[in-house]
Amino acid sequence: MLQFLDAWLKSAVLEVQEYVRLQIATIRSAVSRPFYFHDVVEQFEQIGIGSLTVVLLTGFFTGAVLALQTGITLDQFGARPFVGRLISASMVKELGPVLTGLMLAGRIGSGIAAELGSMVVTDQINALRALGTDPVRKLVVPRVLAGFFMAPVLTVISNTVGILGGWLIAVFQLRVASSLYWTSIVDGLYISDAWMGIIKPFCLGYVIVTIGCHVGLRTKGGTQGVGRATTNAVVASSVAVIAVDFFVTRLLITLLY
Amino acid sequence: MQKAAGNEPRGQRSMVVEPSSAATLAMRDATEPVVVVDKVSLAFDEKVVLKEVSFTLLRGHTKVILGASGSGKSTILKLILGLLKPDAGAIFVNGDRIDTMNELELMKTRADIGMVFQEGALFDSLSVAENVGYKLYEETDLPLDEVRARVEEVLGFVGLSDYVERRPSELSGGQRRRVAIARAMAAKPGILLYDEATTGLDPITAITVDEEMIKLRDLENVSSIIVTHQLRDAFFVATREAERRDRGYDIVAADAQKSDEAEFIMLKEGVVSFEGNAAELRSSNDPYLKSFLS
Repeated sequence: MLQFLDAWLKSAVLEVQEYVRLQIATIRSAVSRPFYFHDVVEQFEQIGIGSLTVVLLTGFFTGAVLALQTGITLDQFGARPFVGRLISASMVKELGPVLTGLMLAGRIGSGIAAELGSMVVTDQINALRALGTDPVRKLVVPRVLAGFFMAPVLTVISNTVGILGGWLIAVFQLRVASSLYWTSIVDGLYISDAWMGIIKPFCLGYVIVTIGCHVGLRTKGGTQGVGRATTNAVVASSVAVIAVDFFVTRLLITLLY
Repeated sequence: MQKAAGNEPRGQRSMVVEPSSAATLAMRDATEPVVVVDKVSLAFDEKVVLKEVSFTLLRGHTKVILGASGSGKSTILKLILGLLKPDAGAIFVNGDRIDTMNELELMKTRADIGMVFQEGALFDSLSVAENVGYKLYEETDLPLDEVRARVEEVLGFVGLSDYVERRPSELSGGQRRRVAIARAMAAKPGILLYDEATTGLDPITAITVDEEMIKLRDLENVSSIIVTHQLRDAFFVATREAERRDRGYDIVAADAQKSDEAEFIMLKEGVVSFEGNAAELRSSNDPYLKSFLS
């Protein structure tokens, strides 16, 4: 039992050490030459445009279901007209960033881990190094930049369609006046909420992509290993999204409110 | 950074460069060590992979590393490329000690090394031309026209000029290996490392790959380290040579001197159990060698 615990602890410490090393190498590579601009553009397209459909659908239905549920609760207090205030605050501060983060963890985290993992087990990473290319510069930096900058953009889009979804339900189901809904949306938002909604996705995007890259580059054991890496990346980045969201929220409440 | 000039005792190495006449230069070239592996040991956890392995590869020569699966053959190539670091010993490439270099310094050394990986390790998302020209496109400032010309030249060299736009997944096993050879040679390296380049290929395709290795060695003066457990291919490369003709080349039986330039190393459980030429290998009375050759 002690031996098992010892091995588990060593392996956990090693993972953390390697994760930190990868981040240091990534930051160092991002600010020095060579810089693979073409790969950065490609990753912005893959992570940003590629995730648009899933983010649009998730945002829309989240806003819609939020309006449905809160409509029933608000009715008990005769506060139905304030449904917009609740939707905007929930979407912008919490649901938009977290749900977009979870969707990205499923789509991007798994994709990166699978792609890099396959490259590891087929010696393509070694081939890159043999050809004089640093895999961190070529593969990790473009993905991290794309994840870091596209997650906030996708979150804003998700918030927008979420509020639109809520508007559809509010107007056609709950019979709230459209103008009242939009006034309520604006009234419910403060500038600090907007800051919180925009800062969190930067952190979540960074965490999702770095976990995907770390897990992918440490893949071992052939195709089975690639499968394991993909699962681990999704699980680890999903948990990380919730955990990072909590800590960043705690920090931002202290700083902004 | 330390320099090596052959098999002198450790600590007394120095690269002596005394350019004089062309004949002297040619003679020096022929005896110049391009790769020196000196008492290299490596273990993964409890498993000893290599134990005090030493050998020297001279310019334009071939070193064939034989051994059973798991004997540490491929590990030696990864050590020479700097993809792994030894636990003990020293490795010199073109006179530079590489086992103490960081990744950035290694990139410069790797510029003169090409490697053909097991199964090719071609980039799935790139076409044949992009794979072959990868290093020139991404890591040099060569004009695109020159890169394209070089890609066409090397693909012509390995007989795959018609496959420029294909993806690796659309190629046969033999074609993939030949593309891997073309990719490794595109930047005109002085040293080529072949990791099981013919394993899993049918005999006819394997011969075409063997001929590419011979052509590169004899027509381009590339020094080669060939890791294999395919004896037939190893002897084929060691006992044949390429001769330039008016239109192309011929593969003919090698003369005695050329055969001597191909040396065999037998690895047994991470230790060098034999080192010599093809004739010495065939006539060895070592029971392990005999069972391996039979």
